[in-house]
Amino acid sequence: MSTFTLNDEEIEFKPGQTIIEAAKDNGTTIPHFCWHPKLSISGNCRVCLVELENIPKLVIACSTQATEGMVVYSESEKTLEARNAVMEFLLINHPLDCPICDEAGECKLQDYAYKHSIGESRYVEEKTHKDKRVQLGPRVMFDGDRCISCSLCIRFCDEIVGEPELTFIKRGNGVTISTFPGKQMENKYSLNTVDICPVGALTNTDFRFKTRVWDLSSNPSICTGCSRGCNIDVWVINNEIKRLTPSFNKEVNSYWMCDDGRLNTFKHVNAKDRVDGAHLRKDGQLIKVSWDEAFANASSELKNITNKEIAFIGSAFSTCEDNYLFTKFAKDVIGCKNIDFIRHTNPDFGDELLRQNDLTPNTMGAELTGVSPKQGGLNLDGIVQGIKSGKIKGLFIMEDDLLEAYPELEKSLPSLELLIVLSSNFNKTTAFADFVFPAATFAEKNGTFINFNGRVQRIKPAVETTDLDRSLDGMAMSRLDKFGTSFDRWAIGNKHDARASWKIISGLSVLFDKKLKYKMSENVFDDMSKSIDAFKGLDYDIIGKKGVLLKDKLNEVTQTV
Amino acid sequence: MAEKKRLKDLTFWDKIYIPAILNGLALTFKNLLGPKFTLKYPEEKFIPSGSYRGSPVLVVEKNGVERCVACGLCSRVCPALAIEVQAAETENEKERYPEKFEINMLRCIYCGFCEEVCPEEAILMSKEYELAFDNREDGIYGKDKLLKPVEELKDRIEFLRRYK
Repeated sequence: MSTFTLNDEEIEFKPGQTIIEAAKDNGTTIPHFCWHPKLSISGNCRVCLVELENIPKLVIACSTQATEGMVVYSESEKTLEARNAVMEFLLINHPLDCPICDEAGECKLQDYAYKHSIGESRYVEEKTHKDKRVQLGPRVMFDGDRCISCSLCIRFCDEIVGEPELTFIKRGNGVTISTFPGKQMENKYSLNTVDICPVGALTNTDFRFKTRVWDLSSNPSICTGCSRGCNIDVWVINNEIKRLTPSFNKEVNSYWMCDDGRLNTFKHVNAKDRVDGAHLRKDGQLIKVSWDEAFANASSELKNITNKEIAFIGSAFSTCEDNYLFTKFAKDVIGCKNIDFIRHTNPDFGDELLRQNDLTPNTMGAELTGVSPKQGGLNLDGIVQGIKSGKIKGLFIMEDDLLEAYPELEKSLPSLELLIVLSSNFNKTTAFADFVFPAATFAEKNGTFINFNGRVQRIKPAVETTDLDRSLDGMAMSRLDKFGTSFDRWAIGNKHDARASWKIISGLSVLFDKKLKYKMSENVFDDMSKSIDAFKGLDYDIIGKKGVLLKDKLNEVTQTV
Repeated sequence: MAEKKRLKDLTFWDKIYIPAILNGLALTFKNLLGPKFTLKYPEEKFIPSGSYRGSPVLVVEKNGVERCVACGLCSRVCPALAIEVQAAETENEKERYPEKFEINMLRCIYCGFCEEVCPEEAILMSKEYELAFDNREDGIYGKDKLLKPVEELKDRIEFLRRYK
């Protein structure tokens, strides 16, 4: 392996790597604005200038290839002087509106200004004024004043999405970013430009002015928008999700995620129609009752129906743990053969970059944990027919909206003797349910999803329910979470009385002969790894932060998907 | 327990205490006849100078627009976490304004950090010191109670410009 010297330290590099890449691999970040590991090199911000021995002028680290024996100084006096000068140039026309700007707190220009700049402006002339509040597209707002013309957004649209929608217009001082005349930036990944924008020039219209980023806590999770399973961070304040941002995973989503996943997968967590507490139907009305009362009534009614007349519908929105216990409950506790789950697909959704046609995060997980009819049992079509013909008298649905998928059942559902629904929000199906148990959403539980190519990934809670505690359950704590009391309006939040589906099923099973008792979702997974071949040898620690690819039996399953 | 020793044994005059009492009374009568500093509160009110740090208030410009842009720095710097700000967008030139601005006067310790950190000179320590509530909810001041016209705060602004 070849080596070069960076700040008197010998570091290794791969042939063809630039100085900035090699430095990053060795844990040294050279300041940069216009460089991004996944985009082409533009070299226009000049802030990554470094000093090379025996070369009179400074070079930019982002486009200079590392060579054997090279001696680089990224913190020398000459380098720092140049960096400060570059910062001064960048700040000449940058407005001092950090108090108004949403990027404040996660702004590279702000960070570097603190670190590398002289702290005072020598520029007394009027700053240039450009267009503010330009709606570049339906989801992205542009502020011309703040732009430092790094061209990251232009290159992202061009190189990653393949839809060149943005360009520079004008020259010199007046240079600014614009869409082509009459066109909008409306590609399906447009909000990634907001993430990579080093300043506050591009902002997310959905998140704009909602909150300050330093007040948020972030927890790692998985996007539930499709079967890609993009790694995300869930940003929460006052127990309410404010935004989702992609987090880097080389094997799954790189640095990106699509706008649909980012905007449409968390709104139901904060929604007003959340099921809060267990409900049962009395005199035609759904009434909130205690968990014990709901469990006792539901179990006695379940026992009244023979196992041939009952059907179970699992969910590819639920975690593997949920589906595993669901299957166990259906097949072992009740002894029912009619079990399946609804597949949600959209042939127009997918693309070559990230998006998949399967709109659920855990189809493969549902398959692997056995949410499919036992021999002689009814599959989904059979169950639907059974409901229509009256052959099926009891139905147990987990985290899915049957009526949304099969609107024609609207007339048959009321004639069911028993309908138990586990749901996070009230929906069309819960309107007919005899029992509604409040299921925790993806942001309120631990668990695993398996994405379309068989990668098991962990989800972690980010929002508290009455069943979870922010500090005891290891969720990230913001300053406000740490020091707020029940007397502070900003700390009360909204805690729903909801439990993870596996926990609800476990609680229900206690009233049957065969009991499914587990303390934590980790215990469910450990049990799963013992009894299902595909999960053999896995546990939460092995899955870790980036997930693990399932190997065994994978090919068999992929053929049926 | 070890017996404690006096530093000095008391003399006869110390022991009878009368000179000490007379000394004290002399001071009392001297002040009784001298100039008075007490106020008959609440009939007479103490009016502090510009340097006084009373309850924090928000400044409203002469044109009726509040100065605050809801940057949240006061809320961040507040050691007692008394301030809650919720920003929203406006059509004004300053794009942001506080949709909700609440200071919990029961939490506030009148340190003045919020005033010091404010980039817009929008939050100031007023001369208001009469803060008494009979329930916790009343202690939370919303924008209705916090907004004060700039004329009322001239003393403080002058003080800050001179010494900050």
